[in-house]
Amino acid sequence: MILLTDVILMLFMVATAIALVFVRNLFAVIMLSGIFSLTASLLYLLMDAVDVAFTEAAVGAGIATVLGLATLGIIGVQDEKPQQRSSLGSFVVVLITGIVLIQAANDMPAFGDPDAPIHRHVAPRYIEQSGEEVGVPNIVTSVLASYRGFDTMGEVMVVFTAACGVLVLMGRTRKPDDYPEEDYREDIDPREGSSDFVPKDDDESVRS
Amino acid sequence: MSYAVFSSFNYWMVIVLMMTGFFIVIAQGNMVKKVFGLNIFQVSVFLFYISMSPIEGGTPPILDERFELYSNPLPHVLILTAIVVGVAGMALGLALVVRIKAAYGTIEEDEIERLEEEMP
Repeated sequence: MILLTDVILMLFMVATAIALVFVRNLFAVIMLSGIFSLTASLLYLLMDAVDVAFTEAAVGAGIATVLGLATLGIIGVQDEKPQQRSSLGSFVVVLITGIVLIQAANDMPAFGDPDAPIHRHVAPRYIEQSGEEVGVPNIVTSVLASYRGFDTMGEVMVVFTAACGVLVLMGRTRKPDDYPEEDYREDIDPREGSSDFVPKDDDESVRS
Repeated sequence: MSYAVFSSFNYWMVIVLMMTGFFIVIAQGNMVKKVFGLNIFQVSVFLFYISMSPIEGGTPPILDERFELYSNPLPHVLILTAIVVGVAGMALGLALVVRIKAAYGTIEEDEIERLEEEMP
Protein backbone atom coordinates (compact mmCIF):
# COMPACT_ATOMS: atom_id res chain seq x y z
CA MET A 1 0.00 0.00 0.00
CA ILE A 2 2.80 2.39 0.90
CA LEU A 3 4.61 1.54 -2.31
CA LEU A 4 1.47 2.10 -4.36
CA THR A 5 1.03 5.54 -2.76
CA ASP A 6 4.69 6.27 -3.47
CA VAL A 7 4.27 5.37 -7.15
CA ILE A 8 1.14 7.52 -7.49
CA LEU A 9 2.72 10.52 -5.76
CA MET A 10 5.89 10.22 -7.87
CA LEU A 11 3.84 10.18 -11.08
CA PHE A 12 1.87 13.15 -9.75
CA MET A 13 5.13 15.04 -9.21
CA VAL A 14 6.34 14.26 -12.70
CA ALA A 15 3.03 15.51 -14.12
CA THR A 16 3.32 18.74 -12.10
CA ALA A 17 6.90 19.28 -13.26
CA ILE A 18 6.00 18.75 -16.92
CA ALA A 19 3.02 21.12 -16.54
CA LEU A 20 5.49 23.68 -15.17
CA VAL A 21 7.48 23.50 -18.41
CA PHE A 22 4.47 24.39 -20.55
CA VAL A 23 2.57 26.87 -18.37
CA ARG A 24 3.19 30.48 -19.43
CA ASN A 25 1.47 32.50 -16.70
CA LEU A 26 3.94 33.24 -13.89
CA PHE A 27 1.25 33.12 -11.18
CA ALA A 28 0.41 29.58 -12.32
CA VAL A 29 4.13 28.71 -12.26
CA ILE A 30 4.36 29.72 -8.59
CA MET A 31 1.20 27.86 -7.59
CA LEU A 32 2.33 24.69 -9.41
CA SER A 33 5.65 24.98 -7.62
CA GLY A 34 3.78 25.09 -4.29
CA ILE A 35 1.85 21.94 -5.25
CA PHE A 36 5.13 20.31 -6.25
CA SER A 37 6.72 21.04 -2.85
CA LEU A 38 3.66 19.85 -0.95
CA THR A 39 3.61 16.55 -2.89
CA ALA A 40 7.32 16.19 -2.17
CA SER A 41 6.64 16.62 1.54
CA LEU A 42 4.05 13.82 1.39
CA LEU A 43 6.67 11.60 -0.22
CA TYR A 44 9.17 12.43 2.53
CA LEU A 45 6.54 11.47 5.10
CA LEU A 46 6.00 8.18 3.28
CA MET A 47 9.73 7.45 3.33
CA ASP A 48 9.95 7.92 7.13
CA ALA A 49 11.54 11.37 6.96
CA VAL A 50 9.05 13.18 9.21
CA ASP A 51 11.29 16.13 10.09
CA VAL A 52 12.12 16.74 6.45
CA ALA A 53 8.42 16.53 5.55
CA PHE A 54 7.32 19.32 7.84
CA THR A 55 10.31 21.49 6.97
CA GLU A 56 9.52 21.10 3.27
CA ALA A 57 5.82 21.87 3.88
CA ALA A 58 6.62 25.00 5.90
CA VAL A 59 9.72 26.31 4.13
CA GLY A 60 9.51 24.82 0.63
CA ALA A 61 5.78 25.08 0.03
CA GLY A 62 5.13 28.06 2.32
CA ILE A 63 8.00 30.53 2.29
CA ALA A 64 9.11 29.84 -1.30
CA THR A 65 5.55 30.48 -2.54
CA VAL A 66 5.32 33.70 -0.53
CA LEU A 67 8.69 34.83 -1.91
CA GLY A 68 7.52 34.13 -5.45
CA LEU A 69 4.26 36.02 -4.93
CA ALA A 70 6.16 38.96 -3.39
CA THR A 71 8.40 39.04 -6.48
CA LEU A 72 5.35 39.06 -8.75
CA GLY A 73 3.91 41.86 -6.61
CA ILE A 74 6.96 44.00 -7.41
CA ILE A 75 7.54 43.13 -11.07
CA GLY A 76 3.84 42.73 -11.94
CA VAL A 77 1.91 39.58 -12.92
CA GLN A 78 2.79 38.79 -16.48
CA ASP A 79 2.91 36.00 -19.02
CA GLU A 80 6.16 34.56 -20.18
CA LYS A 81 6.95 35.56 -23.75
CA PRO A 82 7.71 32.77 -26.24
CA GLN A 83 11.39 32.25 -26.90
CA GLN A 84 12.80 33.01 -30.31
CA ARG A 85 15.52 30.42 -30.02
CA SER A 86 14.66 26.78 -30.59
CA SER A 87 14.88 24.61 -27.48
CA LEU A 88 15.76 21.46 -29.45
CA GLY A 89 19.46 21.64 -28.53
CA SER A 90 18.62 21.94 -24.83
CA PHE A 91 16.26 18.98 -25.12
CA VAL A 92 19.00 16.80 -26.64
CA VAL A 93 21.44 17.79 -23.86
CA VAL A 94 18.81 16.99 -21.20
CA LEU A 95 17.94 13.67 -22.85
CA ILE A 96 21.56 12.50 -23.03
CA THR A 97 22.25 13.55 -19.43
CA GLY A 98 19.11 11.73 -18.31
CA ILE A 99 20.05 8.49 -20.08
CA VAL A 100 23.54 8.56 -18.56
CA LEU A 101 22.11 9.19 -15.07
CA ILE A 102 19.58 6.35 -15.40
CA GLN A 103 22.41 4.02 -16.39
CA ALA A 104 24.24 5.12 -13.25
CA ALA A 105 21.12 4.75 -11.06
CA ASN A 106 20.87 1.06 -11.94
CA ASP A 107 24.01 0.50 -9.87
CA MET A 108 22.37 1.98 -6.76
CA PRO A 109 21.43 -0.40 -3.93
CA ALA A 110 17.79 -1.49 -4.08
CA PHE A 111 15.16 0.66 -2.36
CA GLY A 112 14.79 -0.33 1.30
CA ASP A 113 17.76 -2.70 1.26
CA PRO A 114 19.02 -3.01 4.88
CA ASP A 115 22.51 -4.00 3.70
CA ALA A 116 23.13 -0.88 1.62
CA PRO A 117 26.45 0.83 2.44
CA ILE A 118 24.66 3.94 3.74
CA HIS A 119 23.15 1.92 6.62
CA ARG A 120 26.49 0.39 7.63
CA HIS A 121 28.75 3.36 8.26
CA VAL A 122 27.99 5.97 10.93
CA ALA A 123 24.20 5.68 11.15
CA PRO A 124 24.07 2.60 13.47
CA ARG A 125 26.07 4.51 16.06
CA TYR A 126 23.61 7.41 15.95
CA ILE A 127 20.68 5.03 16.32
CA GLU A 128 22.18 2.94 19.13
CA GLN A 129 23.90 5.56 21.25
CA SER A 130 22.25 8.94 20.70
CA GLY A 131 19.56 8.08 23.28
CA GLU A 132 22.20 7.83 26.03
CA GLU A 133 24.69 10.35 24.73
CA VAL A 134 22.34 13.21 23.86
CA GLY A 135 19.11 12.18 25.56
CA VAL A 136 16.65 13.33 22.90
CA PRO A 137 14.25 10.69 21.52
CA ASN A 138 14.32 12.17 18.03
CA ILE A 139 17.58 10.96 16.46
CA VAL A 140 17.44 13.60 13.72
CA THR A 141 17.45 16.35 16.36
CA SER A 142 20.39 14.71 18.15
CA VAL A 143 22.47 14.54 14.98
CA LEU A 144 21.48 18.03 13.79
CA ALA A 145 22.13 19.86 17.03
CA SER A 146 24.83 17.77 18.66
CA TYR A 147 26.88 15.43 16.45
CA ARG A 148 26.74 17.77 13.47
CA GLY A 149 26.31 21.05 15.29
CA PHE A 150 29.00 22.80 13.26
CA ASP A 151 27.16 21.85 10.10
CA THR A 152 24.07 23.62 11.41
CA MET A 153 26.15 26.64 12.40
CA GLY A 154 27.47 26.79 8.84
CA GLU A 155 23.88 26.66 7.60
CA VAL A 156 22.99 29.64 9.80
CA MET A 157 25.93 31.56 8.33
CA VAL A 158 24.81 30.76 4.78
CA VAL A 159 21.27 31.94 5.54
CA PHE A 160 22.65 35.10 7.16
CA THR A 161 24.81 35.82 4.11
CA ALA A 162 21.83 35.29 1.80
CA ALA A 163 19.71 37.63 3.95
CA CYS A 164 22.45 40.30 3.77
CA GLY A 165 22.59 39.84 -0.02
CA VAL A 166 18.83 40.25 -0.37
CA LEU A 167 18.87 43.39 1.79
CA VAL A 168 21.74 44.91 -0.19
CA LEU A 169 20.01 44.15 -3.50
CA MET A 170 16.54 45.31 -2.47
CA GLY A 171 17.69 48.37 -0.54
CA ARG A 172 18.92 50.08 -3.68
CA THR A 173 15.83 49.92 -5.88
CA ARG A 174 15.38 53.72 -5.63
CA LYS A 175 17.50 55.44 -8.23
CA PRO A 176 19.35 58.64 -7.27
CA ASP A 177 17.72 60.41 -10.27
CA ASP A 178 14.32 60.12 -8.61
CA TYR A 179 15.37 62.62 -5.97
CA PRO A 180 16.69 65.87 -7.45
CA GLU A 181 18.75 68.02 -5.12
CA GLU A 182 16.11 70.74 -4.86
CA ASP A 183 13.71 68.31 -3.27
CA TYR A 184 16.09 67.61 -0.44
CA ARG A 185 16.31 71.28 0.50
CA GLU A 186 12.59 71.89 0.36
CA ASP A 187 11.26 68.75 1.98
CA ILE A 188 13.85 67.48 4.39
CA ASP A 189 15.40 69.38 7.23
CA PRO A 190 18.85 67.85 7.85
CA ARG A 191 18.73 68.78 11.52
CA GLU A 192 15.91 66.31 11.98
CA GLY A 193 18.35 63.54 11.17
CA SER A 194 17.42 62.25 7.74
CA SER A 195 20.03 59.80 6.57
CA ASP A 196 19.22 60.39 2.90
CA PHE A 197 20.61 63.90 3.00
CA VAL A 198 24.07 64.47 1.55
CA PRO A 199 25.41 67.99 2.28
CA LYS A 200 27.07 69.78 -0.58
CA ASP A 201 30.38 71.51 -0.15
CA ASP A 202 29.09 75.00 -0.89
CA ASP A 203 26.20 74.74 1.53
CA GLU A 204 27.63 76.29 4.71
CA SER A 205 24.35 76.52 6.59
CA VAL A 206 23.97 72.78 6.62
CA ARG A 207 27.44 72.12 7.96
CA SER A 208 27.04 74.39 10.93
CA MET B 1 3.91 -5.55 -4.16
CA SER B 2 7.30 -6.20 -2.68
CA TYR B 3 10.20 -3.83 -2.46
CA ALA B 4 12.14 -5.83 -5.08
CA VAL B 5 9.84 -4.91 -7.98
CA PHE B 6 10.25 -1.36 -6.93
CA SER B 7 14.01 -1.32 -6.40
CA SER B 8 14.97 1.49 -8.79
CA PHE B 9 11.65 3.19 -9.53
CA ASN B 10 12.27 6.13 -7.19
CA TYR B 11 15.68 6.79 -8.68
CA TRP B 12 14.28 6.82 -12.23
CA MET B 13 11.51 9.21 -11.31
CA VAL B 14 13.98 11.45 -9.48
CA ILE B 15 16.11 11.59 -12.63
CA VAL B 16 13.08 12.46 -14.76
CA LEU B 17 12.23 15.30 -12.34
CA MET B 18 15.83 16.47 -12.25
CA MET B 19 16.02 16.62 -16.04
CA THR B 20 12.72 18.54 -16.19
CA GLY B 21 14.14 21.16 -13.83
CA PHE B 22 17.39 21.22 -15.80
CA PHE B 23 15.46 21.76 -19.04
CA ILE B 24 13.55 24.71 -17.54
CA VAL B 25 16.82 26.28 -16.37
CA ILE B 26 18.66 26.01 -19.70
CA ALA B 27 15.85 26.32 -22.28
CA GLN B 28 13.36 28.84 -20.89
CA GLY B 29 14.09 32.55 -21.02
CA ASN B 30 11.90 33.90 -18.24
CA MET B 31 13.99 34.45 -15.12
CA VAL B 32 11.25 33.81 -12.54
CA LYS B 33 10.60 30.50 -14.25
CA LYS B 34 14.30 29.69 -14.26
CA VAL B 35 14.43 30.19 -10.48
CA PHE B 36 11.48 27.84 -10.00
CA GLY B 37 13.06 25.34 -12.41
CA LEU B 38 16.11 25.36 -10.17
CA ASN B 39 13.73 24.68 -7.27
CA ILE B 40 12.47 21.52 -9.05
CA PHE B 41 16.06 20.42 -9.55
CA GLN B 42 16.75 20.93 -5.84
CA VAL B 43 13.67 19.05 -4.68
CA SER B 44 14.57 16.12 -6.92
CA VAL B 45 18.03 15.92 -5.31
CA PHE B 46 16.36 15.97 -1.89
CA LEU B 47 14.09 13.11 -2.97
CA PHE B 48 17.13 11.18 -4.17
CA TYR B 49 18.78 11.47 -0.76
CA ILE B 50 15.62 10.62 1.15
CA SER B 51 15.04 7.59 -1.14
CA MET B 52 18.26 6.10 0.24
CA SER B 53 17.20 6.30 3.87
CA PRO B 54 14.25 3.91 4.41
CA ILE B 55 14.78 0.29 5.47
CA GLU B 56 12.17 -2.33 4.69
CA GLY B 57 9.99 -2.58 7.81
CA GLY B 58 11.68 0.39 9.50
CA THR B 59 10.03 3.28 11.34
CA PRO B 60 10.84 7.00 11.47
CA PRO B 61 14.01 7.58 13.53
CA ILE B 62 12.36 8.53 16.82
CA LEU B 63 13.45 6.31 19.70
CA ASP B 64 10.74 4.21 21.31
CA GLU B 65 10.79 0.93 23.22
CA ARG B 66 8.28 -0.68 20.88
CA PHE B 67 10.51 -0.37 17.78
CA GLU B 68 13.93 -1.69 16.96
CA LEU B 69 14.42 -1.01 13.27
CA TYR B 70 14.77 2.64 12.33
CA SER B 71 15.31 4.32 8.98
CA ASN B 72 18.66 6.02 8.48
CA PRO B 73 18.56 9.48 10.11
CA LEU B 74 21.66 10.87 8.38
CA PRO B 75 20.12 11.80 4.98
CA HIS B 76 17.27 13.49 6.87
CA VAL B 77 19.71 15.76 8.69
CA LEU B 78 21.60 16.65 5.51
CA ILE B 79 18.41 17.47 3.61
CA LEU B 80 16.94 19.44 6.50
CA THR B 81 19.94 21.75 6.18
CA ALA B 82 19.73 21.79 2.38
CA ILE B 83 16.05 22.81 2.28
CA VAL B 84 16.66 25.92 4.36
CA VAL B 85 19.79 26.84 2.40
CA GLY B 86 17.90 26.23 -0.86
CA VAL B 87 15.15 28.69 0.08
CA ALA B 88 17.78 31.26 1.13
CA GLY B 89 19.41 30.90 -2.28
CA MET B 90 16.02 31.20 -3.95
CA ALA B 91 15.34 34.47 -2.09
CA LEU B 92 18.65 35.80 -3.36
CA GLY B 93 17.80 34.73 -6.92
CA LEU B 94 14.39 36.40 -6.82
CA ALA B 95 15.94 39.60 -5.40
CA LEU B 96 18.33 39.58 -8.38
CA VAL B 97 15.32 39.18 -10.71
CA VAL B 98 13.70 42.25 -9.13
CA ARG B 99 16.92 44.24 -9.64
CA ILE B 100 17.18 43.08 -13.27
CA LYS B 101 13.59 44.17 -13.85
CA ALA B 102 14.41 47.61 -12.38
CA ALA B 103 17.53 47.98 -14.52
CA TYR B 104 16.32 46.59 -17.88
CA GLY B 105 12.52 46.75 -17.66
CA THR B 106 12.18 43.08 -18.63
CA ILE B 107 12.95 39.64 -17.20
CA GLU B 108 13.14 37.82 -20.54
CA GLU B 109 16.64 36.63 -21.31
CA ASP B 110 16.61 37.29 -25.08
CA GLU B 111 15.21 40.83 -24.62
CA ILE B 112 18.00 41.61 -22.17
CA GLU B 113 20.55 40.28 -24.67
CA ARG B 114 19.11 42.53 -27.37
CA LEU B 115 19.23 45.57 -25.05
CA GLU B 116 22.87 44.80 -24.26
CA GLU B 117 23.74 44.64 -27.96
CA GLU B 118 22.00 47.95 -28.69
CA MET B 119 23.94 49.70 -25.99
CA PRO B 120 26.97 51.63 -27.26
